Amino acid sequence: MAKDAPPRWDRKMQQRLARGEAAALGELYDRLASLVHSLAHRVLDDDAAADRVTREVFAHVWENPEEYDPKKGSLRSWVASLTHRYAVSRLRQTETAALADGGQGTTEDMEQKVRRASVAARADYIVTSMPAPLRAALELAYFQRRDYRQTAADLGVTEDEARRRLRLGLQLLSTANEQRPAAAPPPGYGSAL
Amino acid sequence: MNADPFEPDDGHEGHEGCEGHDRQDRHDRQDRHGESDPCHGRTDEDVATGGALAEDAPGAVPGVPGVPGQDTGERPGERPARGGGLRIPPPRSSIEDTGRPLPDPPPLPAAPAPTPPPVLEHKVLKSLLGAWALTACSAEEAAAVELHLGSCGACADEALRLRDAVGLLHPEESLDLDPGLRSRVLTNCLDRRPPRIPVPDWAAPYDAETARLDALLKDFGNGEWHAPVRLKWYEEDRPTSRRTTVAGVIAHLLTVDGLVATTLGLEDPLPEAARALLVDSSPTARTDAYWNASRFPPTRAMRLPWREQSHTIIRTVSFAGGGSAELAVPYGEFTLPLRDSMLDRAFECWLHADDIADAVDYPYKPPAPRHLNRMIDLAARMLPGALAERRRSGLATPAKELVAAGTPGRSLRLEVEGHGGGEWLIPLDSPGAVATAEHEVAHVALDCVEFCRLAAGHVPPEDAAAGQDGDREAIRDVLSAAASLSRM
Repeated sequence: MAKDAPPRWDRKMQQRLARGEAAALGELYDRLASLVHSLAHRVLDDDAAADRVTREVFAHVWENPEEYDPKKGSLRSWVASLTHRYAVSRLRQTETAALADGGQGTTEDMEQKVRRASVAARADYIVTSMPAPLRAALELAYFQRRDYRQTAADLGVTEDEARRRLRLGLQLLSTANEQRPAAAPPPGYGSAL
Repeated sequence: MNADPFEPDDGHEGHEGCEGHDRQDRHDRQDRHGESDPCHGRTDEDVATGGALAEDAPGAVPGVPGVPGQDTGERPGERPARGGGLRIPPPRSSIEDTGRPLPDPPPLPAAPAPTPPPVLEHKVLKSLLGAWALTACSAEEAAAVELHLGSCGACADEALRLRDAVGLLHPEESLDLDPGLRSRVLTNCLDRRPPRIPVPDWAAPYDAETARLDALLKDFGNGEWHAPVRLKWYEEDRPTSRRTTVAGVIAHLLTVDGLVATTLGLEDPLPEAARALLVDSSPTARTDAYWNASRFPPTRAMRLPWREQSHTIIRTVSFAGGGSAELAVPYGEFTLPLRDSMLDRAFECWLHADDIADAVDYPYKPPAPRHLNRMIDLAARMLPGALAERRRSGLATPAKELVAAGTPGRSLRLEVEGHGGGEWLIPLDSPGAVATAEHEVAHVALDCVEFCRLAAGHVPPEDAAAGQDGDREAIRDVLSAAASLSRM
């Protein structure tokens, strides 16, 4: 689980980045760019803005690899929480600027929008990170409208197991809604999962 | 699969892994919803840790359960509401704080149930909460759950939480990363903090092309991995081709990249059994040996070793730096210095990626202009040698003049148009001669992608759409020599 030592790959990657190995940066991009971009896109709903956040996040990782603490979770979850931070702050900036520019709505509306985007992005991350069997069950039951008996048959598992997976998958997903204590990392990216 | 460390709060059941799921291939070629199949695109490493929290799974490729069919445009909040009022307590959690609309009411039996709900144990009712929240249990079970929620606070709390969570499920948007983003992101990083160990300039095209191909493969389902591909090239002045699959092409790239790997002292990807079948060390022989030595046709399992090898090659040449640029990479009948060999591998990677994309009907763009330019430059530099080789075998017209090495001789102006193009002067009578504008006897112009396709043996020299001017024979010889550069 999250408390275990993160895989060797994470520590090695951190060392290689710290050493200033450009090839490591390329490998990191190949592994995490689509996660970073899709989370940023979920928050910002704009391609160009998501591109910019992707650039910022990788620059941050490249310039500050020592900030990653393997004891607190995987490199992937650290990068996801960085992305979350950058994307939400950019959304808040854009929205604040729009408000100041005489845009519609109140500050409260804006905060609500930011909160919604933030929860949606956390939920996405949780779904992408949950064990494949849980994801498969949720996909069948929700997106394909299979009931749990059909889901069990499709997955070749018992009905008990199908119910268990659906419930567990939703339990994990529901942590996206947890309110964040001011100082703590957003739930869903670190040991919270 | 290992025991799943996850259990619901009150975990009470075993876990049987997702074997059945792995075998499914619901991926639809038209449907680029990324990870429609949650097991797609995940590395073996991930699968091995499938039971563990995937946030700790190295290399987990992100994606969410997509919709294997086309997106209906439906969003969670728009699920048709069924049934009427709730019999569970009002929300106690933070739903109002989130400002999201209240989730749909849970289903009730379509028609008023004439029979009372079945009596189920608490344990069973609780285990049904997920299915209930997803509207994925029978009407009778739903009724039993709802009745229970009126009297069990813990279950009612959880029911709300889970139903709320359903609203967060979201079909994945089909988003292909802009292939140009990689270089923009990396350049920005390297400008802000210059690397201590840079990737050599001459390895950059290989780095970019392997990353591009890998991104193309990411979402492939089994259907795509086994899609037929015809490899085409020129051999002894005749078009030649070989049938394989997408996975077979990756096996080909793996084995031929292996020439570079072994030159660098890395492990040869050819297994012992295949090495025993080698007739020579040419790319074709290596590929044939690899294909023939495997008892089963290549599968998607090719992706990981190919990708790992390409990453290792890039990493190794970065550490070796400029000193490795001139290492001789053996191609059987000839060798190339490592710096050119890496360009050649980048070129092959692009063209085979293009073959693959064609086979599965995806669009695929040419490389970045600065990389394309270097690939064309390599071909242009190889042309005089190829011309001399053809002359020796009587395939090209004899030299018109005897030119001493290092002195000017008859030249052809090769004008390659488009982003990445340029002009090259090709000495016609001897590879040692110096090509000059004063000695230009012919001028040929063609588009850069067309030129690359010619050099890859994908278009016959006589069909290469070319503007020609001057000595026809010289032009024909040079275009044929370009096609003769192609290999499997």
